[in-house]
Amino acid sequence: MTRSELPSADLDRVADLWGARTPHSKGSVWPARQDLRLEDGLQIDDVDHWVGSACVLCSNGCGCDIAVKDGRMVGVRGRVDDPVNHGRLGPKGLYGSTPWASSPDRLTRPMVRVAGRLVETDWETAMGRVVEVSRRLLEEKGPLSHGFYTSGQLFLEEYYALAVLGKAGLGTPHMDGNTRLCTATAAVAMKESFGSDGQPGSYTDIDSCDAIFLYGHNMAETQTVLWSRVLDRIEGEDPPIVVCVDPRRTPVAEAAERTGGVHLAPYPGTNLALLNGLQRELLQNGWIDEEWVAAHALGLEELRKVVDPYTPEKVAQICGVEADRVRRAAEVFGTTRDVLSTVLQGFYQSHQATAASVAVNNLHLLRGMIGRPGAGVLQMNGQPTAQNNRECGADGDLPAFRNWGNPEHVQQLATLWNVEVQQIPHWAPPTHAMQLFRYAEQGSIGFLWISATNPAVSMPESARIRKVLGGEQCFVVVQDLFLTETAQLADVVLPAAGWGEKTGTFTNVNRTVHLSDQAVAPPGEARSDLEIFQLYAREMGLTDKDGEPLLQWDGPEEVFEAWKECTRGRPCDYTGLTYQRLREGGIPWPASEQHPEGTDRLYTDHVFPTHTEQCETYGHDLATGGGVTEQEHRAIGANGRAFLKGSPYVPAHERPSPEFPLLYSTGRTVYQFHTRTKTGRARSLQQAAPDPWVELSAPDAERLGISEGDVVRVESPRGAIEVRARVGFVREGTVFAPFHYGSWDRDALSTTRQANELTMTVWDPVSKQPCFKTAACRVIRVRAGDGPSTAPTTAASRPVGALSPTRGGAATTSVTVPTPTYRLDPAGRAR
Amino acid sequence: MTHLATYVRLLHRSEQSLADSLRVVGVGHAAEVDVFHTAHLLADWSDEHTRRLEPIAQRLTQASAAEEPQRMNHPPIKEIRDSAVGLLRDLQDLYLLAALVQTSWTVVEGAAEGARDRELTTVAQECSAQTARQLTWLRTRMKEAAPQALLVAT
Repeated sequence: MTRSELPSADLDRVADLWGARTPHSKGSVWPARQDLRLEDGLQIDDVDHWVGSACVLCSNGCGCDIAVKDGRMVGVRGRVDDPVNHGRLGPKGLYGSTPWASSPDRLTRPMVRVAGRLVETDWETAMGRVVEVSRRLLEEKGPLSHGFYTSGQLFLEEYYALAVLGKAGLGTPHMDGNTRLCTATAAVAMKESFGSDGQPGSYTDIDSCDAIFLYGHNMAETQTVLWSRVLDRIEGEDPPIVVCVDPRRTPVAEAAERTGGVHLAPYPGTNLALLNGLQRELLQNGWIDEEWVAAHALGLEELRKVVDPYTPEKVAQICGVEADRVRRAAEVFGTTRDVLSTVLQGFYQSHQATAASVAVNNLHLLRGMIGRPGAGVLQMNGQPTAQNNRECGADGDLPAFRNWGNPEHVQQLATLWNVEVQQIPHWAPPTHAMQLFRYAEQGSIGFLWISATNPAVSMPESARIRKVLGGEQCFVVVQDLFLTETAQLADVVLPAAGWGEKTGTFTNVNRTVHLSDQAVAPPGEARSDLEIFQLYAREMGLTDKDGEPLLQWDGPEEVFEAWKECTRGRPCDYTGLTYQRLREGGIPWPASEQHPEGTDRLYTDHVFPTHTEQCETYGHDLATGGGVTEQEHRAIGANGRAFLKGSPYVPAHERPSPEFPLLYSTGRTVYQFHTRTKTGRARSLQQAAPDPWVELSAPDAERLGISEGDVVRVESPRGAIEVRARVGFVREGTVFAPFHYGSWDRDALSTTRQANELTMTVWDPVSKQPCFKTAACRVIRVRAGDGPSTAPTTAASRPVGALSPTRGGAATTSVTVPTPTYRLDPAGRAR
Repeated sequence: MTHLATYVRLLHRSEQSLADSLRVVGVGHAAEVDVFHTAHLLADWSDEHTRRLEPIAQRLTQASAAEEPQRMNHPPIKEIRDSAVGLLRDLQDLYLLAALVQTSWTVVEGAAEGARDRELTTVAQECSAQTARQLTWLRTRMKEAAPQALLVAT
């Protein structure tokens, strides 16, 4: 145990992204450290009370308590007993969790469009308008005229309520979340390899791995607390070797070089060629566990054929990565005892997303490195509640990882909900977000309900999305905290309660379920998303087959109890959890009644949910998305074995040309989250990254006559932006732009700074995740800037030249505290 | 004199026809971006099949070609039909062309085995597996498009 030390006050977490190190050695428990932030001028003693929750400003899911004073949320502290973060919080969580809630521009009353303008009204009028349009369309065109687009930010209870509303109530297959943009490939990669969604690994794998591979995952910025966990291993005894695949020189890339690993910076859009090369090296060098593969996987010979052409030299030629680096990375993977892999947007939002992410699973299967501490896969999420969107079926899937192609699974839901089986859409795959917007563009979806997401900024090809949302062909309902760029285009805007203003649960990347209790009342007439969906269901008179109203729950806890029944016996079994138990801290599913303590990692028995009766999908052709039929799946006879699936590399949809010679990739900065709805209203964060920018490599900048801070125009075949240049460490030939910046904090809707003006409408054939990483572009210098760009100097956007560093975050506190026992932690159990 | 050459030539023309038709439908329905891209990917596969068939067709024609019967060819798709229902119908036409290709591969594979023609047997096995994948995608895409096209789209 670490001895308690005095609190270190005044810690600027804008400057110090990961806080103080608490090094530890392989196989020992990650030491605890408690981070805290209260509004300026407040002391601990000023806090009236603390309310248990978990942070929602990235996907990590750090357990925290919300500080409440005079009915207002005034700060947060990390929960020391939480298995996810051991007390830590990151800069976004510390600074961004609460200021938005008391922002003067919160939506407090519903709005409806009258003569072209949005005007405030009461709930009766607004919901009356929604119900009137909904009823009319249902009568004229039926349920396929209705679409729902949600988020990775709602609570489990809200997703489940919406799934029941859409599937049992209305009967529409048109339902998806912005999870399609961030995490769809994670889910699909697991379904294709293991038969079902469900994270195989655990964060505890970081504590005992010998090598960690980060594929397109700038963890140092996107999950700062998880990166602290990695840094604490790197600084301790027996540090793991880090291998980084990223076209930018991120902190992860620097760690790779520091630990004797390797940084691979493939040309954007070539991930699959690289991964095929790594798989080939494993096979060529005999770095595979033949016996394990024979017993627990299928498809080795086909995979061998697919990857055989990808010699290190061929990979070098396609990816622009030295052949020896490919060999070295493969050697680390092939010869290290316990390897952990993590995958994120650099793969999920890029070309051949599913095939490349499945290839990561393949590497683990080839070595039998799954289901034991330190040897795991983390197919990451981008958002705090994305997992629940997937579990509950708000992404269109059937709830609790049921298979829409399995009549028995559909019948189970019909019985549970007491509706006719025909009522539940299962005749074809659910409609993914990109298709949903296409139907809305064509007007065959005439009613589109958007909750807690901002597609006008976050979806590719912004000009097109604005047209879809603003057009007359589709009635748009938006429920949100603020009048976002999307809400400004809506026909009806409904004010929603946010985190801390309502109660519910959510589940993070490593399956840990947290309860977030209501801390304060929502402002004005704002209501929880659950209440809004229930109000709509009631007004619409949605009933089961006996005429009993659907969604008749009295509060979120009753929804949770209903959800538990839905998960009984499924891979994501929640039946052992209760709100009461979750108040003591996060618990990872499956947590059945027999094992209510939860499960740290899956597949410890190396049996995968691939039985035809059990699986969530029968699988797909990774190149085309063509579906495997039930009969074909049965004939394969996987019966508990995992699938090794390979696919050849093909070049990306849009390649550089003489007209558009550079490749354009969007991404994130550590200080902002999504479209800045919350982080942009937190002074410390907004000041750290106030404006958009584009990053150029030094050689490209020199060629184009561009200096740090110059105003440049970036053009693609679809649009253009004018922002300032950061001459930095992105790969030569590539331009990087952060996607967070819309125009809600500008005077008018501005289209000259939004990264998605340039991206293209194109998606992965299997996961249907749109591609944000491979658009062709050109960069033109417009004029000199009046100094350097305001892009952060920390992390991946750091400049080539010396600039005054990004800092100035408000004071936070961080203190090392005694490390408690974490019940499921394998290191803790070993001691 | 055999008709194996006749069928290999038919297959060559049918693959070409399928590739051309996939591109016509892909470009014509480019607003459905997945159709555009996947159709082009599948067309590339058919191009590759055509390339692999060329030397074999030449060899067989020189060795033992019989006179070709009338009306062997199926016309390619020259223009697309507008609208969601039109897309569905165009995908069905592609399916018919791909089915002609696939059954031609079945015919040729059997005959190639009978003729102990190892080169052609291998090509037939490998290419017909890809044709099956083309058919699978077409079926999947039609299934996806059908309810909206038939029930809601105007």
